[in-house]
Amino acid sequence: MKRRQRRLLLIGAGGAVLCVAVALVLFALKDSIVFFNSPTDVIDKHVASGTRIRLGGLVKPGSLTRGANFAVRFAVTDGNKEIPVAYSGALPDLFREGQGVIAEGAIDGAGIFEADTILAKHDEKYMPREVADALKKQGHWMGENK
Amino acid sequence: MIAELGHYALVLALGLALVQASVPIWGARTRDPALMAVGTSTALAQFAFVAFSFAALTWCHVVSDFSLLTVFENSHSAKPLIYKITGVWGNHEGSMLLWVLILALFGALVAAFGRNLPAALKATVLAVQAWIAAAFHLFILVTSNPFVRIPNPPFEGRDLNPILQDPGLAIHPPLLYLGYVGFSITFSFAIAALIEGRIDAAWARWVRPWALVAWMFLTLGIAMGSFWAYYTLGWGGWWFWDPVENASLMPWLAGTALLHSAVVMEKRDALKVWTVLLAILAFSLSLVGTFLVRSGVLVSVHTFANDPSRGVFILAILILFIGGSFALYAWRAPALRQGGLFAPVSREGALLLNNLFLTTICATVFVGTLYPLALEALTGDKISVGAPFFNATVGRLAVPLLIAIPFGPLLAWKRGDLYGVAQRLLAALAVAIVAMAAAFAVAGGGPVLAPFVVGLAFFVMAGALTDVAERTGLFRVPFAAVVSRAAGLPRSSWGTAIAHFGVGVSLLGIVGETQWGAERIAAVKPGETVSVRHYDLTLDGLSQRRGPNYQERVAHFTVRRNGDVIGAMEPATRAFPVRQMNKNEAALMTRGTSQLYVSLGDADENGAVTVRLYHKPLVLLIWIGAVVMMAGGALSLSDRRLRVGAPRPARQKPALQPAE
Repeated sequence: MKRRQRRLLLIGAGGAVLCVAVALVLFALKDSIVFFNSPTDVIDKHVASGTRIRLGGLVKPGSLTRGANFAVRFAVTDGNKEIPVAYSGALPDLFREGQGVIAEGAIDGAGIFEADTILAKHDEKYMPREVADALKKQGHWMGENK
Repeated sequence: MIAELGHYALVLALGLALVQASVPIWGARTRDPALMAVGTSTALAQFAFVAFSFAALTWCHVVSDFSLLTVFENSHSAKPLIYKITGVWGNHEGSMLLWVLILALFGALVAAFGRNLPAALKATVLAVQAWIAAAFHLFILVTSNPFVRIPNPPFEGRDLNPILQDPGLAIHPPLLYLGYVGFSITFSFAIAALIEGRIDAAWARWVRPWALVAWMFLTLGIAMGSFWAYYTLGWGGWWFWDPVENASLMPWLAGTALLHSAVVMEKRDALKVWTVLLAILAFSLSLVGTFLVRSGVLVSVHTFANDPSRGVFILAILILFIGGSFALYAWRAPALRQGGLFAPVSREGALLLNNLFLTTICATVFVGTLYPLALEALTGDKISVGAPFFNATVGRLAVPLLIAIPFGPLLAWKRGDLYGVAQRLLAALAVAIVAMAAAFAVAGGGPVLAPFVVGLAFFVMAGALTDVAERTGLFRVPFAAVVSRAAGLPRSSWGTAIAHFGVGVSLLGIVGETQWGAERIAAVKPGETVSVRHYDLTLDGLSQRRGPNYQERVAHFTVRRNGDVIGAMEPATRAFPVRQMNKNEAALMTRGTSQLYVSLGDADENGAVTVRLYHKPLVLLIWIGAVVMMAGGALSLSDRRLRVGAPRPARQKPALQPAE
């Protein structure tokens, strides 16, 4: 085999693997990505029922009810709008009313978000007010700046 | 006072880094041995000062000095001593200090053990290393100073995030950082080679041990992180395709490719420009990982506090180093003498194929990890790219790579005989087919994918054994000859076979856990029994226990199999009052390489507790395989070739002086 042929073969093999990879990536991206929405987004954008999304916000205090067979219901709010969520299964440890949560699933015909996965946010910062004020004054405050 | 000394030492380390970044490289340009030697002493001194600074911070954590902001935010006087120490790097500031500590350590190691390097190369490498160090010292001092004081110190700290109060924190970050930062050395070598405009097989020989060290630690660090997530998060997952995990996987993939291409360069003087590119890429991906984790663009358990100025600073470092190194590469790489081409069917060809697939997989992971960030920046849409994407792409791309593994070491250099190699792998193929059939029979149908992957895993393992058998002449020559050949086999050959065997072991664990695992969620009252697979767990009762800084609710289970008691399991949930957080303490029972996994959920009003039960067949093999891979790397590292490769300058014996 001549030098040029070898080089061509090399480039050809590399190109082929890359093409396969690109095809796989595009195909997988089309099928498996999920959009993240706040309750306001869901209502304003009229997200169609059956579309798989991630719904994120705070668990509305006082909204959590438990039924038989690990069925739970709660509302996710962003302070503006709220969406009722139904889920069945064990909730994560960090799940708590008033705290951040992400639910993955789809809205059903009745406007209830049927979640199959619940993720509770890990990020929690708790700080006494006095210290927080002192830190703010010092310019070292770094919590809650989202 | 100690904290101020630590702060001051860090400032001095920055000063030393700036000297180390400029003087030796100037010496290398002007061929001045005295200036070049400055690199060695400043690298050692810089390490000493960073180590002092780190020790000072550790001291403040151990004595619970809550006048330091980082100690106050992440410690508590009642926290056990081990978590006071590991808590040093359980926060953003401390973990960045650990990062530069390891960076300085690697610089010092090159300074101390790089005696056989050409003086100019060593000086340039140390200078490049110091560029990185200076940037990160500055980053810490400007945006993430761990020694910031609080004017009115509180009496008690806010405790460490309970998820981090685990022995895993003692091991996982240091190992991972040793891996991440270890690639800074190969990066520095690559940049030095580009600056010097000269690269040869000897360069590959100097670089390979460093790449191996970094790769070993990264392998173990990733495995350790995965194991930690498995037992601590309470639902038995061991890999989530979380962006932060991907951030550690990408340098691993690039580093694995680098290890293999450096072999080609060392043996055949080919793939030089490519190897330099991989060295740059591996560390660039480590920097990307640091950026993703430390800038706060991602929210995960790894993100501590978010501060936009940090993200911008790290992004600036990222652009400077990655952009700069790629610009240098584009400018200087064409000047490097190209190596020869080779036949596609050969050892070189196989290693190139390995590189092709590993880098493609790496690029796929890169796209999947950064696409959501790019999309959000461009359109504002927030999306998540999760496990289905990565399983569909990485999973498929890995199959040809895995199939090719046994062929590579059996092919000859220059020109290989694919047909001959295939014949020699017939036994391995037979093993794989038997394993496939057995898996199919045991699983009783089910998904076809699982038995196929089991077969693949056995093919990889048997292929590694075939490699050793071929080299030692097993079954062909008398046994005594086999033993002497085995003893004479280079350790790097053993290392290759063992590491490849480890890949098969991990693969077997992965397929066992994902395809045949069983899961059960149930509400149980005391006296009731739940079953998963052939195991029956009876809840004997619940109790409360008190730990040093937590309250614990424990469930006591008796485990039976076919009516015989085989042990007890005690899953618990711990409530940490200071952080107002709960942490799951899953109970694990090991049966062979499989595990029974129980985690405790909430109690309902009827007195029943929610429990999650999992049976995880072969799960331990995932991490055992990683340890085997690392052992292979260690064996390869101890090869004479890597130590004795370059001639060492003869050291003069001090002449004996007659006593006066």
